[in-house]
Amino acid sequence: MKIIPIALNTFRESARDRALYNLMVFVILLIIASVVMGRIAVGQEVKIVIDLGLSAMTVFGVLMSIFLGIGLVSKEIENGAIANILSKPVRRTEFILGKYFGLCLTLFVSSVVMAAAITGALIYAQGGSDAAQWRLWPAAWLIFLELTIMTAVALLFSCFSSPALSALFALLIFLIGRWSPDLKLFAETSNSAAVRAVSRALYHLLPNLANFNYINETAHGEVAPWRMIAGNTVYAVCYIAAALAAAALIFNRRNFK
Amino acid sequence: MSVIEIENLTQDYQIGFWRKRNVRALDSLNLRVEAGEVFGFLGPNGAGKTTTFKILMRMLRPTAGEARILGQPLDDLRMRARIGYLPERPYFYHYLTAREFLVFCGALCDLPRDRAAKRAADLLDQVGLSDSADKHLRKFSKGMLQRAGLAQALINDPEVLFLDEPMSGLDPLGRREARELIANLRARGKTIFFSSHILTDVEAMCDRVAILNRGRLVESGRLSEILKTRSNEIEAVVSGVNEEILAELREFALEVQPTPEGARARLESDRDIARLLEVIHHANGRLVSVNPARESLEDFFMREIGGMK
Repeated sequence: MKIIPIALNTFRESARDRALYNLMVFVILLIIASVVMGRIAVGQEVKIVIDLGLSAMTVFGVLMSIFLGIGLVSKEIENGAIANILSKPVRRTEFILGKYFGLCLTLFVSSVVMAAAITGALIYAQGGSDAAQWRLWPAAWLIFLELTIMTAVALLFSCFSSPALSALFALLIFLIGRWSPDLKLFAETSNSAAVRAVSRALYHLLPNLANFNYINETAHGEVAPWRMIAGNTVYAVCYIAAALAAAALIFNRRNFK
Repeated sequence: MSVIEIENLTQDYQIGFWRKRNVRALDSLNLRVEAGEVFGFLGPNGAGKTTTFKILMRMLRPTAGEARILGQPLDDLRMRARIGYLPERPYFYHYLTAREFLVFCGALCDLPRDRAAKRAADLLDQVGLSDSADKHLRKFSKGMLQRAGLAQALINDPEVLFLDEPMSGLDPLGRREARELIANLRARGKTIFFSSHILTDVEAMCDRVAILNRGRLVESGRLSEILKTRSNEIEAVVSGVNEEILAELREFALEVQPTPEGARARLESDRDIARLLEVIHHANGRLVSVNPARESLEDFFMREIGGMK
């Protein structure tokens, strides 16, 4: 099983990347700033800190999953490191899975750090511990799931496309995925049968990322129901499995000139 | 027993964007490398050497033909655990230290962590990198990276070693150490398949060579068979001769090359030795050596490949 050493090595790569720390510092500063902004809007501290904090976590995480995700495979091909890996007793599928889980581990650690920073900001803003500080964690879990889906999508594109195009496709998929309820509505209300068919196909094919966005509700005091979390977790696992299977299939057939 | 068997291996690449056309990088290559051999794989740039390595290392799927290593197909993972490979332009994860990198390579070869760590320390010592073992690879020079590459190729104590241009980037000392390392591996019964542009290294180390040009095998065999003696020709080395004598030698010798001490003369047959002796004796010169003329690998390479270009 070579997935674990490859995953740990991928995690080590991001853990030693200064750019990642700079981005995380930026997000944490943003969270601290949200405390100050919360002070200005009296009575809205908790809402502003959660809203701004989780949104910053999403934006940072999505950028990280897309831009690090497309580099997982393409960078290895470009710099020739793939030659060393494939000469060893490693299946190409193990390589893909190892790289994927390595980045997921990085995303998990950074998500935990950011969620902890938001919790810390809330404790500071409220002057003590409160149940509201813990209801952001289910929402943070949903964000993490969304990031793992985007990483799988970025990895899939990078198996057959250039890094620039992969980034573009992955960003488009993120945006369409976030608007998937509108896509469904469009599929139901369009007068053209062809448009309806294409919209319906896209709705089913692309990830339904809107389901993973529970930031607004959390900011307004709701806690993500466990059934929703379980359902979304199963959906994410299935979608990721399909995307990784496709990525492995393409990667297994590729030639590296 | 053949350790590497290559049969009719062919590789086509498609080039062009709008009007794609095929370019044949490797054309029906047949080759066998026996156990315990040091086998040199030669050819000018673009001859198909690296393409062959890439096929053997699963980077490319051949257009036609097949290859086996240690009797197993190229995708066999148990076989992969018994071989080592140094790529032509090695890139290793620059964020790792040399030691971490070797332990990582050991993990990919199923070595337990403590064994990989021990092996890494031994190999770093062997390739002269023990002082830089905990330095990040991004700080390594080209020659140091090449040494680290050699070490990672040996992490699993492989039976067969594939080295694509192992001397590239090494300084004279590094080259000598690499030659000694290869000789040592050979003495331990390892099979080594390597490509090089440095013909003197190949001549010094290889049992057999294959020469490739434009994807085709030009020649293959033992160096002693390929570098035939030139029929009855004789090579004589003389010292203490002046320009006048050199001119006299040129009258009957096939070739005369001045050297710092005198000259090197190629004679048509041993019948010319008496005349040579007479000429140098007249000039108070000295005969240093007389040998049957044998071409160098470089001569052969230039004759076979130079003529085709």
